[in-house]
Amino acid sequence: MSAPVLETLDLVKRFGGLLATNSVSFTLERGARHALIGPNGAGKTTFVNQLTGVLKPSGGAIRLEGRDVTHSRPEARVRLGMSRTFQINQLFRTMTPLEMLLLVLGEREGRGLHLWSRLDARADLVREAAAIAERFRLDDVIGETIATLSYGKQRQLEIAAAFAARPKVLLLDEPAAGVPEAERQDLLNIVSELPAEVSVLLIEHDMDLVFRFATRITVLVNGTVIAEGEPAAIAADPTVRAAYLGGESGDA
Amino acid sequence: MLTILFDGVAYGMLLFILASGLAVTLGLMNFVNLAHGSFAMAGGYVTVVLMQRYGMGFLATLPVAFLMPALIGAVLERTLYRPLYDKSHLDQVLFSIGLVFMSVAAVDYFMGSQQQLVHVPSWLQGRFDIAGTGIGRYRSFVIGVCIVVAVLLQFVLARTRFGSQLRAAVDDQRVARGLGIEVGLLFTLTFAVGSGLAGLGGALGAEMLGLDPTFPLKFMIYFLIVVTVGGRAGLIGPFIAALLIGIVDVAGKYYVPEAGAFLIYALMIVVLLFRPQGLFAVAR
Amino acid sequence: MTAGTPSAPLPASPLPPEIVPAAPPPAPLARDVAPAEQAVRRARRWKPAEFLFWTVALVAPLVLPRSMLLMNEIAILALFALSLDLILGYAGIVSLGHAAFLGVGAYAAGLFALNVNADPLAGLLVAMLTASALGFLSSFLVLRGTDLTRLMVTLGVALLVFEAANSWRSLTGGADGLQGIAMDPVLGLFDFDLKGRTAYLYSLAVLFLLFLAARRMMGSPFGLSLRAIRDNRLRASASGVGVNGRLVVVYTLAAAYAGAAGALLAQTTQFVSLDVLEFHRSADLMLVLIIGGTGWLYGGLIGAVLFELFQDAVAAATPQYWQFWVGLLLVVFVSGGREAVHKAGAALRRKIAGLKIAGLFGGRRP
Repeated sequence: MSAPVLETLDLVKRFGGLLATNSVSFTLERGARHALIGPNGAGKTTFVNQLTGVLKPSGGAIRLEGRDVTHSRPEARVRLGMSRTFQINQLFRTMTPLEMLLLVLGEREGRGLHLWSRLDARADLVREAAAIAERFRLDDVIGETIATLSYGKQRQLEIAAAFAARPKVLLLDEPAAGVPEAERQDLLNIVSELPAEVSVLLIEHDMDLVFRFATRITVLVNGTVIAEGEPAAIAADPTVRAAYLGGESGDA
Repeated sequence: MLTILFDGVAYGMLLFILASGLAVTLGLMNFVNLAHGSFAMAGGYVTVVLMQRYGMGFLATLPVAFLMPALIGAVLERTLYRPLYDKSHLDQVLFSIGLVFMSVAAVDYFMGSQQQLVHVPSWLQGRFDIAGTGIGRYRSFVIGVCIVVAVLLQFVLARTRFGSQLRAAVDDQRVARGLGIEVGLLFTLTFAVGSGLAGLGGALGAEMLGLDPTFPLKFMIYFLIVVTVGGRAGLIGPFIAALLIGIVDVAGKYYVPEAGAFLIYALMIVVLLFRPQGLFAVAR
Repeated sequence: MTAGTPSAPLPASPLPPEIVPAAPPPAPLARDVAPAEQAVRRARRWKPAEFLFWTVALVAPLVLPRSMLLMNEIAILALFALSLDLILGYAGIVSLGHAAFLGVGAYAAGLFALNVNADPLAGLLVAMLTASALGFLSSFLVLRGTDLTRLMVTLGVALLVFEAANSWRSLTGGADGLQGIAMDPVLGLFDFDLKGRTAYLYSLAVLFLLFLAARRMMGSPFGLSLRAIRDNRLRASASGVGVNGRLVVVYTLAAAYAGAAGALLAQTTQFVSLDVLEFHRSADLMLVLIIGGTGWLYGGLIGAVLFELFQDAVAAATPQYWQFWVGLLLVVFVSGGREAVHKAGAALRRKIAGLKIAGLFGGRRP
């Protein structure tokens, strides 16, 4: 296998006396379907926030495609090929899905400082936005105000917007959290239909989704990686069961 | 030199009394009340009216100068301010600017636009000498009053049931309500006391700062500076900040009059940019 | 609806483009992307009400030849409000010190006319450049912090500029201001007359051109990125938007617009005083935008019309106490009047589609 698309080396994050990320060295292989799991407060989102540049690490390094991005700004990392979704919807609420997708596409193509250009000056981008909307089952609401969309549709848009940046690495932070049963199937299909060349890191609570989707699992507890391996091995791992799964069975 | 220092201290003390109410509403209740100066002006005019029209003595007017603005504050808090607590800071700012404009025009209408003179009693006039330094009697009096008020305030906030209830209510309203604290009443009282203190400051300051209908606009920024520079975590920060600003402002106007209020504004911007929680804020 | 036919019978809505109902065509075929393209094109198309608005503005002097000085004031205030809308309505940056840019523009234009050249357009350009320089420098102060720190920093900057103008008497004339500014004819053709006809048409032309530019820029990928920042800064930067860079650009741009308004003020009144830097200018401006609504470019223009008409009516009776009414309006608007007015306005707009004037007067009812 070629070099990992994303890796961290001894990543450390302290909040005062609290060690939220404890020397985590993590590797995401190209084309991976990797899940990061752990109980509440394990530091999963803190870890993702460092990967994407929302938080500054206290120590260690982050490499994207072999480039050191430890201190890069969030938007620079997006341009280098890493994009993410948020655990709690972070959408442009007054826009339409079409506009939000056009925004991401425009930024990807470096058009953000084109003050005098029309939004549809690049017809190919409008078409691409429409195609992405269709792929993520948003074509029926493409012109509605985002704030008025159902929660499930908003979750789909979360992923669609991250996907539109044409990332090499896609970080999905609890994509299915809170989605009502009726809309859940759509969402799960969307996640499993992501193209193979995109490397995906899934941060999730939902074991159903994790074991259905991931070919590799990393377990984070109290900021420390306690186990990593294939799903079957993780499910059988006694340390994981003790520290994390507790009494629950892994394939619940 | 020492006289300037002394004047600066007196000025700073006065600023603290004037701004202490704002320090509480902004710092603790997180409400931006730019109309704070209007309550100070109200206190000043109460003193003026009582002295000029009813012949009351200066000292006798001071309690009224506290009570009237406090009453107005309580009424306004109950009616107009309360619905805005959970609105954006921009809305709060616009609303309170509206109040400022209204109060400025209203006072102009009823009292005229001229400067009001407050005659302090003769035993407070003039100055005495200590080791060659001229010390104004009135300024000493102001410092004395301000120290008493500051100590009282700090005591109330830090040591009494009222203070701890207020802090609890500010930290988490729902929990406080659950504990049986009457949050609404507490906020009204706090707001009223803050307004009353501003009124007292306005009455005390009329002789030193001048008093005319534009008072709330002229001093709005000073109050804000005291609170932002001092930090919003308690009263000690604003107290030190007020002294500092008083001294810097008096000294600045004496030594570099052409710079005007430049120093103070620049100081505020720098502090806001580099210590947005204030110079003396303790990390919470 | 046939694809490709441009002017479909849409309900003409002066609302921001994004609220215009989207793609009506039924049965979207797989891979049929025409609706998206149509939606984008429709959003940027001129609505009938917009044509009406500018036509009214142009013919107004024929109908009310004696009110041209007032109309000139309206046009200038509208441009000033348009400037604030760029940063507040689009980028979500609050400011209590926008008068700084108006004032710097006014002084720059006044000084340029007095000392260098009395050509209006050259002065306009100089004013815009000067104001944008100040805007660029101070933009770095509003990048960080909360709304509250931004309100205070912008207020502080405006106070600093005021103090500077007040102290630097040799340049600004201090409290006396700049007097005796005599302008050359616009384009060498149109002399400024006492009735204010040239003044109004000149201000209106500048307003219109700058409005066109703003409309184009706010409809560009750049404008979209500003709305992204306003809606959700975290997501904007996670979408690849370089937030700080965009804010610096729009703040500088808005300063240039305010500077242009200042230049118009100086050139058409032939006088500049410290009043252009006063705090009440910034506060009044907020009221104008609250009246008209933010984030759709016409808010400032409509707000300016209503504000000036109201001022003209009230101040005629009691000029001294005008501020009282401004204050009352602010209090009433913030305490719930705004929602009521905008709801009534929207309802009226729906009822009498296309007739913007109706929406205008609806906006006045409390």
